[in-house]
Amino acid sequence: MRVRQWAKDLAMGVRFAFAGGREGWVRALLTAVGVGLGVALLLLTTAIPNVLNARSDRGNARTDITYSGTQIPKAANTLIVANVDTTFRDLDVRGRELEIEGPKAPLPPGLERFPAVGEMVVSPALKRLLDSDGGKLLRDRLPDRIVGTIADQGLIGSGELAFYRGGENLAAQIDGYRITRIDRYGDPEATSEGFDPVLILLILVVFVALLMPVAVFIAAAVRFGGERRDRRLAALRLVGSDSRMTRRIAAGEALAGALLGLVFGTVFFLVGRQIAGTVQVYRVSVFPSDLNPSPALALLVGAAVPAAAVLVTLFALRGVVIEPLGVVRTARPSRRRLWWRLLLPLAGLAMLYTMIGQGRDNGNFNRYLVIGGVLLLLVGVTALLPWIVEAVVARLGAGGLAWQLAVRRLQLSSGTAARMVNGVAVAVAGAIALQMLFAGVEGDYTEDSGFDVTRAQMQVSVPSGVELDGAVEKFRDTDGVREVYAYAEGYLGESRRDPERGSEFTVGDCASLRQVADLPSCRDGDVFVVRGAEQDEDTAVLAKQPGRTLYLDPTYEGALQRKEVAWPVPRDLKEAGTRKDLTGWERGGFLVTPKALTAEAATALDGQVYMSVDATVPDVQDLVRNTAASVDSLTYPMALYSTSQTDRFASIRTGLFVGAACVLALIGASLLVSQLEQLRERKKLLSSLVAFGTRRRTLSLSVLWQTAIPITLGLLLASVVGLTLGTVLLRMTDTPVRVDWTSVLSMTGVAAGVVLVVTLLSLPPLLRLMRPDGLRTE
Amino acid sequence: MTPPPGSLLAAQELRKAYGPTVALDGAEFSIHPGEVVAVMGPSGSGKSTLLHCLAGIVPPDSGSITYNGRELATMSDAQRSALRRSEFGFVFQFGQLVPELTCVENVALPLRLNGTSRKEAERTALTWMERLEVDDLRKKRPGEVSGGQGQRVAVARALVTSPRMLFADEPTGALDSLNGERVMELLTDAARSTNAAVVLVTHEARVAAYSDREIVVRDGKSRDMERVV
Amino acid sequence: MSIGHTLLGLLESGPCHGYDLKRAFDEKFGHDRPLHYGQVYSTMSRLLKHGLVEVEGIEPGGGPERKRYAITEAGITDVQQWLATPEKPEPYLQSTLYTKVVLALLTRRNAADILDTQRAEHLRMMRILTDRKRKGDLADQLICDHALFHLEADLRWLELTAARLDKLAEVVVK
Repeated sequence: MRVRQWAKDLAMGVRFAFAGGREGWVRALLTAVGVGLGVALLLLTTAIPNVLNARSDRGNARTDITYSGTQIPKAANTLIVANVDTTFRDLDVRGRELEIEGPKAPLPPGLERFPAVGEMVVSPALKRLLDSDGGKLLRDRLPDRIVGTIADQGLIGSGELAFYRGGENLAAQIDGYRITRIDRYGDPEATSEGFDPVLILLILVVFVALLMPVAVFIAAAVRFGGERRDRRLAALRLVGSDSRMTRRIAAGEALAGALLGLVFGTVFFLVGRQIAGTVQVYRVSVFPSDLNPSPALALLVGAAVPAAAVLVTLFALRGVVIEPLGVVRTARPSRRRLWWRLLLPLAGLAMLYTMIGQGRDNGNFNRYLVIGGVLLLLVGVTALLPWIVEAVVARLGAGGLAWQLAVRRLQLSSGTAARMVNGVAVAVAGAIALQMLFAGVEGDYTEDSGFDVTRAQMQVSVPSGVELDGAVEKFRDTDGVREVYAYAEGYLGESRRDPERGSEFTVGDCASLRQVADLPSCRDGDVFVVRGAEQDEDTAVLAKQPGRTLYLDPTYEGALQRKEVAWPVPRDLKEAGTRKDLTGWERGGFLVTPKALTAEAATALDGQVYMSVDATVPDVQDLVRNTAASVDSLTYPMALYSTSQTDRFASIRTGLFVGAACVLALIGASLLVSQLEQLRERKKLLSSLVAFGTRRRTLSLSVLWQTAIPITLGLLLASVVGLTLGTVLLRMTDTPVRVDWTSVLSMTGVAAGVVLVVTLLSLPPLLRLMRPDGLRTE
Repeated sequence: MTPPPGSLLAAQELRKAYGPTVALDGAEFSIHPGEVVAVMGPSGSGKSTLLHCLAGIVPPDSGSITYNGRELATMSDAQRSALRRSEFGFVFQFGQLVPELTCVENVALPLRLNGTSRKEAERTALTWMERLEVDDLRKKRPGEVSGGQGQRVAVARALVTSPRMLFADEPTGALDSLNGERVMELLTDAARSTNAAVVLVTHEARVAAYSDREIVVRDGKSRDMERVV
Repeated sequence: MSIGHTLLGLLESGPCHGYDLKRAFDEKFGHDRPLHYGQVYSTMSRLLKHGLVEVEGIEPGGGPERKRYAITEAGITDVQQWLATPEKPEPYLQSTLYTKVVLALLTRRNAADILDTQRAEHLRMMRILTDRKRKGDLADQLICDHALFHLEADLRWLELTAARLDKLAEVVVK
């Protein structure tokens, strides 16, 4: 019986929610969009562990090169895999060259058959890239016939660029780290690898920071149309519903928005899930099928959101007595107290403070403390803002008439004003903190690579066995290449196995050698020694005894057998001075001209080609990479940068900015609705003010002040809280604290812009309301 | 047609329709300085519309309104607003006091609209509040005073600029007889003392009895009762 | 209430006998207080003397004398003047006003004008009373208020009647 009564009352409220004509619909819709966004975000959050697990599972399943150091013998079930990863523009492409050694060779996940030599199987994203006009250059580098696509289970994300191609004669090249022999896929010792704690922290904070304003928005949204609802509830009381019934009906109205919001949220989530398959954030793409919220959590979201909406409504009605003849707010709200409002953010700070200085090396951050701390700090904004608005507005003094009208209005109802901008403030505070965190962490990742890129901007490693002079010619003929310096490089140990001392070994013509050391004179056939280079103490020791036998390419414990070519220290060793080499390092060790090199020693060396390129030639790096690929499929080109990875978080920061802007736009829409509602309530007053001869400008300005004052306060508070939160988070990740003023300014700018737009949009209705028709009563 | 000689505000052949509803259908009006004219008539007869037209709040569809020899229709909206600010005063039945301003600030409002400094405006406002016997309410907000007090504050506000014309639309509509009469006494006394002309829209005969003359509006047509007798 | 003017007004719509005049009067205005025959005859002889009516003919037959009266030009002017003159505003004059309105309707005169004239007169009286009240002491105020409230009630009746003239005309002029 009681349950039926409850259901009946709630259902009645649901009906009221949509019965308010066009306005009623707009309000219900806005509420639903807000709730929907919240639900979608929550569902996404609950799906993230799944995504991460699925990605790492598939990543493990296709692991081929395990750096195990033991070489298995050729057998019926073995396969040689060569890592032929490449880079196209700023995109990384995973590439593998496969050579089958027996009929039972393991097939990589996602493949139906092995590609033969001259064939390749590519990921769908790579296929799209290769087929596109922009991918022509890459197609030149990967010319093999495409005979199939890699299925989803062989890829970690929908946008991953990957290919497998057939190879031959790889056995001789096996080195255990780029080329290896395997008999199965998957890493048997795969530990469920922990994620970068900082990354986890970022994810947690992003979701809390985006969810909070949505929650604040929902809380505000269920109070839309307060006046009209009050009148409706009073009318219900008049016709005999008791006060509890009335409250239930009010809750039902809120429930309607929340339920519609659930539907919206599910739709948003499903749409977002599909979109997620087509976009890449942080160069990471996901499969829509991976984005599965765990059922229990999804169910919890579905139950918690409507329940929260109902609770917020009941909470908002707690100080309200609904009488048959109107709604009475019990007593004047008491003066706002500061202490408990301060307590919230302080408690949040305290929770975060315990993790300060932890950095990424000390394991995971306590998730609950992170969420709790950020949450409390941001909730603190909503608690502090009403107090600040009240305190400041009470002290605002004289000014023009528009200013006076606005200030007085704010003094009378500072709570409403504060509630309106709460969402904006929370969104801005969260966004500022995140931008700061990202900027800081990005700076962390942007390290000086130490390369001096004035003389060379690209380096290509050429496997031993490839004729270097021919390669050099090809690079010289490549568009945009200015200078080419080639060296054969190797490593010299004092013993065959596990040498304790070692030295660099560089072979090149005189011109090339002058680029890496200060030579007194040079003729082909000379051997030089460079002592005293940075961090090189061994060369001086090894060069002490001419005639001593050293070993090129020594073998180390746990690694594959190396060439171990003996090389006696020549007696007519010439001294050379140190000089920064093409990459900006001081090179030590032995410098050898080609004539002084034995044929056997040459086999233990890899080629290194350094070149300077003309950066104004479009795609010059990819032209060089293409040349490298044409020299040999196992060459390894690298671009040299003085700093590395500057744009690591650029896209996620842009995404965050867009997300925050969207949340702000949504809040702006709700601001507009409540603004218009307020204006309509004051229709008579506005008309009579116009009758007096009040200038429209005065009234418009006062409306602007009315929003501008609380917004300014809100943004100031948001900046302070945002910067504090950002600082604490940076300290937690052990990153130097830098204030990212651009993001502070851009976020507050967007918020201020939203408010300006809202005011501008409310002006036409304001002007219409100020028409004298408002005076008509008949 | 020309306005009657000596009239401060006169209207001829006023027509005004709100959509299909005809509010004024050839109404006439004139008032002399210092005169109190009651506009009576049943609900929906168009008496409020007549007042709105006369005060330059609503432009009539046709007909002429001259104030002090000037045709209102030829004035721009800004000029009409300026006229209302400086030479007209208004009292309405509802919704005229700005709820967030104190009473004295409300009374000072028209002066401030004219650019008077805040201090001076409030000083003048206070003398008018004394005349209307509500000076003790200066710090109160409209929500904290009674209906009669509020209406007196409104009258003080209407008179604070010493207007030459006072427009009152059902000024006692929401008050009981005693309060209503007190407001009317104060209003007409104050108006007479400043020689302001008053257009008094009312449906109550006892309120109209405070006037010098009455006009009855029926179906958008006016009837000057002076000429009937 | 002037019975003379009323009978004159009734005669305006056509000559008739004294008996018919009494019946018409009773029907339209008498309600709970019918006229005596004597009243009719004495009034008619006074009107005859002033030349406001004339005898059109005497029908023979038994019973009371059966004279047929008709209104003269002077009589019509007299009715016109009476209708146009507002009554002195005082309590309980609605029966006179009602008679005037009905007669105006019967004789196709402008009944609204009668009401408006009366209304203006009432308001004039109210202004005088209001003015006296403002200048007088409390006793004056109370006395004036009494009159004012009554006059206001009349005025409301006038307004209401004015609003219902069309309906009244339908009923009266059959």
